[in-house]
Amino acid sequence: MSKNNGEYLIIRNDNKYEVIIGLEVHAQVLSESKLFSTSSTKFGSEPNTQVSLVDAAFPGMLPVINEHCIKQAVKTGIGLKAKINKRSIFDRKNYFYADLPQGYQISQYKNPIVGEGSVILDMPNGEKNIGIERLHLEQDAGKSIHDIDPQNTLVDLNRSGVALMEIVSKPDLRSLDEVNAYIKKLRSIMRYLGTCDGNMQEGSLRADVNVSVRKKGDKKLGTRCEIKNVNSIKFMQMAIDFEANRQVDLIEEGGSIDQETRLFDTKKNETRSMRSKEDAHDYRYFPDPDLLPLELNDNFIDQIKKDIPELPDEKKKRFIEKFKLSPYEANILVSDIEISKYFEEVSKNSDVKLATNWITGELFALLNEKNIEITESPISSKNLSKLINLIKDGTISGKIAKSVFEIMRDGDKDPITIVDEKGLKQQSDPKELENLINKVIAENPKNVEAYKSGKDKLFGFFVGQVMKNSNGKANPKLVNEILKKKLN
Amino acid sequence: MTIDLKTVKHISKLSRISIDDNKAKKLGKDLNSIFSFIEKLNELDTKNTEPLTSIAETTLKLRKDEIKSENIREDILKNSPDKNKDFFVVPKVVE
Amino acid sequence: MSNITDLKLVELVDKIKKKELSSTEVTIAFIERSKKSKKLNAYISENYESAIKKAKIFDQKPDFKKKLPGIPIAVKDLFCTKNIKTTAGSKILENFIPTYESTVTQNILDEGGIIIGKLNCDEFAMGSSNETSYFGNVQNPVSENLVPGGSSGGSSSALAAKLTPATIGTDTGGSIRQPASFTGTVGLKPTYGSCSRYGIVAFASSLDQAGPMTHDVKDCSLMFEIMSTYDTKDSTSVDFKRENYFTNLNENIKGKKIGIPKEYRVDGMPKEIDELWEKGIKIIKENGGQIIEISLPNTNYALPTYYIVAPAEASSNLARYDGVKYGFRSKGENLIDMYEKTRSEGFGDEVKRRIMIGTYVLSSGYYDAYYLKAQKVRRLIKNDFDEAYKKVDAILTPSTPSSAFKIGEKLNDPVSMYLNDIFTVPINLAGLPAISIPAGHDKKGYPLGLQVIGKAFDEQSILNIAFALEKNISFKNNITDWWIK
Repeated sequence: MSKNNGEYLIIRNDNKYEVIIGLEVHAQVLSESKLFSTSSTKFGSEPNTQVSLVDAAFPGMLPVINEHCIKQAVKTGIGLKAKINKRSIFDRKNYFYADLPQGYQISQYKNPIVGEGSVILDMPNGEKNIGIERLHLEQDAGKSIHDIDPQNTLVDLNRSGVALMEIVSKPDLRSLDEVNAYIKKLRSIMRYLGTCDGNMQEGSLRADVNVSVRKKGDKKLGTRCEIKNVNSIKFMQMAIDFEANRQVDLIEEGGSIDQETRLFDTKKNETRSMRSKEDAHDYRYFPDPDLLPLELNDNFIDQIKKDIPELPDEKKKRFIEKFKLSPYEANILVSDIEISKYFEEVSKNSDVKLATNWITGELFALLNEKNIEITESPISSKNLSKLINLIKDGTISGKIAKSVFEIMRDGDKDPITIVDEKGLKQQSDPKELENLINKVIAENPKNVEAYKSGKDKLFGFFVGQVMKNSNGKANPKLVNEILKKKLN
Repeated sequence: MTIDLKTVKHISKLSRISIDDNKAKKLGKDLNSIFSFIEKLNELDTKNTEPLTSIAETTLKLRKDEIKSENIREDILKNSPDKNKDFFVVPKVVE
Repeated sequence: MSNITDLKLVELVDKIKKKELSSTEVTIAFIERSKKSKKLNAYISENYESAIKKAKIFDQKPDFKKKLPGIPIAVKDLFCTKNIKTTAGSKILENFIPTYESTVTQNILDEGGIIIGKLNCDEFAMGSSNETSYFGNVQNPVSENLVPGGSSGGSSSALAAKLTPATIGTDTGGSIRQPASFTGTVGLKPTYGSCSRYGIVAFASSLDQAGPMTHDVKDCSLMFEIMSTYDTKDSTSVDFKRENYFTNLNENIKGKKIGIPKEYRVDGMPKEIDELWEKGIKIIKENGGQIIEISLPNTNYALPTYYIVAPAEASSNLARYDGVKYGFRSKGENLIDMYEKTRSEGFGDEVKRRIMIGTYVLSSGYYDAYYLKAQKVRRLIKNDFDEAYKKVDAILTPSTPSSAFKIGEKLNDPVSMYLNDIFTVPINLAGLPAISIPAGHDKKGYPLGLQVIGKAFDEQSILNIAFALEKNISFKNNITDWWIK
């Protein structure tokens, strides 16, 4: 692998290969109950305790669709700037598996609920547009557990029937960094919309990865392989890197790529073929006769549009325009809805520039250190804005503020109280400061001489002495001003 | 058109129904007679006809997002052929 | 007391309400007769003890406002019944005991009905003679070794033999109307979406409808009124205004325009059927109805269409019978081996045949040529009816192209067996309501039926027309109790 000008290329025998990546992201819809049944979607319950007769496919059981899941899909579609299809059809995808009780998955095949859209990625060398092919709704399967019982496979159907959105990208991704940025952006959009919690540990976000390679400059796409069900960005990147190299090696040896489904083995860090040819799948899609075509009217879609919050791209633009933030700062602050909320709460009542610096600096360092989300921050947005105001109005210096912050992190204490109790208030009385300065000048006649004879650098020494004598509480700005007058 | 033995075997594999050669031959014969009768549809020109996906004269009704099913694990597992109080149990899956 | 079982449903309801009979007396009478009629093999499961208990409870605190006050009823074994074994006529569900009740049987229970047993049927309702049932052939009480029709063969047999005062069946391509016709009884296939499919073992979801089977049209209207409800648990259930079909029933058909489709005059149809049809036409004219020749040009394509659509849906609907969650399981070395053995041993030949047809027509490369084509032709067939209903209120045809045949007669010729449904299948494809009423006998003395087809959700009209026909035909089912002696 080499990275020339941010390009992701695989080089063998002087041949340069480009890697073409498309993702099919499976995002669990945030809803109380399942897509076609009224059982709970809660994560982590005892096995088979969230299974209805419909989920376990008992004879005569029928699917009835959850309105909220449809709204969530439409909402996500709007967030992806995509076309909402007013008529969509639920199909059956037929195959046998232990954790697929119906013997088919209800999905959408030819007529998905959402059509083409796009996502903008912020890459170091500028914005990149990634096309969205479609978004459709489908049922999740249950879970087969192979490692409890040595002789048998155990099946838990708690997940069976939970609503998923499958978001299919166009083969527009070209590097591992873009894959990372794409997943993060999708996750961010869905979290803004409240349509998916994006929790990858709990499997709320998984992806099938399509990888192909072609010689740089070629127009025709190579044969692709699909790597199934990868559940972290890191694994996606490892799988793509392995797979792309495998394909290049094959081509370089004069072989050809078979279009096939592969599995990523996280332990061995390799992809391998999943199914023998004899077992080639033929899903026999056809419209589910237990359901009717889903028809959405303008009013339904307009109501949802009204509920769409400001999304990351728009928020970023606003932050740059209104708060004069740099694109880099804005990106960081809008990347996650909770961060942006925190920032807006802090900056609502305090200086924007300081808020930006304190959040992206001290607060992020703290969250990183504790490995927690901003929603779990030990310092509330209210207290952080108070702290910033104390700096802004000169009550404390930036340096003192840092020690106040250190105290705040253990129990979200009000910074005003801390400053009062510890007597950390900045000395801003010119008279008092003058006394301090006079004392320093009097005690250091040699240095005063030297300064006056041109050693400008000594100015810092005087400031430091004054600060030291004030236990750091002297207002540095005033100290500077007064010192200048005195010494010149 | 005729359905040969290989096709019959392929369909039986897709249907997850095991079938021996004798049965497959008999079935092939039945299927061929049924399909020759089905071929009649080719007489019709349906180029401009929309397929009928649903006969019900109604639109898809949407359900409120409410949890109504309780934990009925016992009921769900009661009829399963291999008894276990927490899980469905199936022979080991080999990929 | 010996004549309780000779009473029709409405008469029984009346006598119970007037306290001339108790639910217990009625229930025991039908159970006793059922016990003596094992030779018919109409039952798969008996629920006698529990039924008598329920009848006694009813009699202790009778509620005469109910439409079926303590009335015993046996139902087709395709309806899931809570705590009563439900097999769909298949080995694969041999020991399946649902923990839930189908909406239709729940409606019957809610109106005071008592379930005395589950009736035999073709396996997963796939058949026209009840010969595909894992639980054996059913005898037609009309004559020994005669099929009772199918798939609701246990239902038609039990009804005609007076083992139950009324019953319910399901009709995917004629499974209520054909057995009714073969046994000299009345059977109604309602409009698709009229009766909930919740809790009915599915055969072909876009065609299946539950409906009543009764001795006469009056009983039929009462049963239908009870069965048909809007159900939010079935996405294809239609929320339309349901009539009081029973109270509204009347024989006035003055001014009704009745269509006679010329395509239903098929070659080789027995002369008696033609005569019967003429008789029906005459009655309608005499009662002030108007006869109009119509054309349903795509009739001939209905059967091939049906034999693509129904198996396709079935192949998918029956995928859930895999030995994992319920029912029969064969031992397998691994999961796939278990699936293949379970389904091979658990399903009968006809079911396997249809699963294979369905799998084939949906498989890659054939979908457009078969399944999609069939869906398009289905549209043409529906359009035929839409056109016809611009001119007429209802359509009159024979129910079947022949009378009941001997057990085993058509077993080795699936296509000839399928041809039985030639007059009933188009109605399922179009989702329309149709009723079969007994109208006469062929020269062998076997019953023959006439079918009245209605507009969607206009069951009242076809019940009324059938009622008028019934009055004028005065059909008599000359069944001797040959199986009891």
